[in-house]
Amino acid sequence: MHPAPSIIAFTTLSGLGLGLLFWLGIDPDPSGGWVGFTFFTLAFGMTGIGLAASTFHLGHPERALKAFSQWQSSWLSREAWAAASAMLVMGLYAFCLIVLGVHVAVLGWLGALLCMATVGTTSMIYAQLKTIPRWHHWSTPVLFFALSLGGGALLAGKISMAIFLIALAGGVQAYWFWQGDLRFGDAGATIGTATGLGDRGSVRAFEPPHTGTNYLLKEFVYVVGRKHGDKLRLISLGLMTVLPLMILLTNPHHLMAIIAVLSHVTGVVVSRWLFFAQAEHVVGLYYGKR
Amino acid sequence: MTSLPQTTHRKLGLVIDLDTCVGCHACVIACKGWNTENYGAPLSDQDPYGADPVGTFLNRVHSYEVQPAAAPAQLVHFPKSCLHCDDAPCVTVCPTGASYKRVEDGIVLVNESDCIGCGLCAWSCPYGARELDAAEGVMKKCTLCVDRIYNENLPEEDREPACVRTCPAGARHFGDFADPDSNVSKLSAERGGMDLMPELGTKPVNKYLPPKPKDTWEGEVDVLAPWLEPVATEATGFLGWLDKALEKI
Repeated sequence: MHPAPSIIAFTTLSGLGLGLLFWLGIDPDPSGGWVGFTFFTLAFGMTGIGLAASTFHLGHPERALKAFSQWQSSWLSREAWAAASAMLVMGLYAFCLIVLGVHVAVLGWLGALLCMATVGTTSMIYAQLKTIPRWHHWSTPVLFFALSLGGGALLAGKISMAIFLIALAGGVQAYWFWQGDLRFGDAGATIGTATGLGDRGSVRAFEPPHTGTNYLLKEFVYVVGRKHGDKLRLISLGLMTVLPLMILLTNPHHLMAIIAVLSHVTGVVVSRWLFFAQAEHVVGLYYGKR
Repeated sequence: MTSLPQTTHRKLGLVIDLDTCVGCHACVIACKGWNTENYGAPLSDQDPYGADPVGTFLNRVHSYEVQPAAAPAQLVHFPKSCLHCDDAPCVTVCPTGASYKRVEDGIVLVNESDCIGCGLCAWSCPYGARELDAAEGVMKKCTLCVDRIYNENLPEEDREPACVRTCPAGARHFGDFADPDSNVSKLSAERGGMDLMPELGTKPVNKYLPPKPKDTWEGEVDVLAPWLEPVATEATGFLGWLDKALEKI
């Protein structure tokens, strides 16, 4: 799959922002005032930039409101509802806490739930697609939840939760990377089933339908950088999990915490790039490619 | 509404005969010609006369080589357009309701004024039947020439999809699969019409007729054939000497 920078930015930033909002929402003793203001600005900033970035890859962003209509059948529509209501409820919660100085715990819990619902619906947009076997698996939502909650805990300064969740996210990510390599084969689609000619002999794509390229090849058969896949996976895991854990377990003061956050975010960006770049769509079979 | 209908009154679709298709690409051109100036946004090309041409097509013809275990290789031309699936994943993923399957005839269509161009329907399609038009930013797909098949301004023989109308080999057939006596239902039943990638559960309406097996040379072909068997089993004379000499080197 083509790793569109707008989607990578969206899933990375909004995932982290929503994770931070989750921890701010369920905090039994939240800080108001300037400290609270800074945390909420960071969380809303990341989520908002992420959501805005997601509209950049649309052919007609001016019609984006129509995406709220099909929540009964479409995960993308459900994501729109979840994201909008999460922003609204958490905005109200933050307003009460910072401006009015009132802590409405119920609102915080509801907002936190909606934040995780947003992460869940985002992950289901990918996990629902049978055409991309690497994504079509229960571990995709688990990975998105683990990264969002772990990164959120790190940003919120919940050190012990962050240690546990970032270690968990690293484990899930490693499983998702390497077990995912087997899934295309397990799905059973081959050039033989794609053409229906497989029971007569071995099938080879002899001549493509066109001399140049097309939308399908650009969007679904992205092969650039695949040869560095394993190295990038290790870099991603190192930056996302190993380095932040080392910092958190040894010397988690403010400056080092910033390094841990930056390292984690960079690791997640690399992971998201691989999420798309290494995902093979079955349509590639018609072109004799994967 | 992007929920799929439980049933459709008719199931319009195509039978594509892989035995007959000669790979001339006339259907590709007829499709592009009709659909670029009729239903919906035109099918744009980018850099059409330059070094790197690319464009939107609703129908494309691949060619495959099939190599059986003990027979000559066979070349199969393979036209591919939307299969108008009964369980079309492209419909249910659509967030705006732009993508829908018609209850009256089962055609899968895109309402282009509702399409936000998110591309998710193309992601969900195993067959590459949908292409996002680079100029218009909306999703394009085969309409089964919905603006021809019901068009009373056209002569009756033209009221079928442009690809079917133009095919010089008669490799494409259009009809109603819900009617067991229709031309397409009968053809599909007689010739073992098959689904593409059935393991993905899309239940395609369009059927592909497999190429007929090639004839073989088994058995006696002619009463004189035994007289044409090769006589010399081992080389003699000068060639025999040369053969042995080369063996020894």
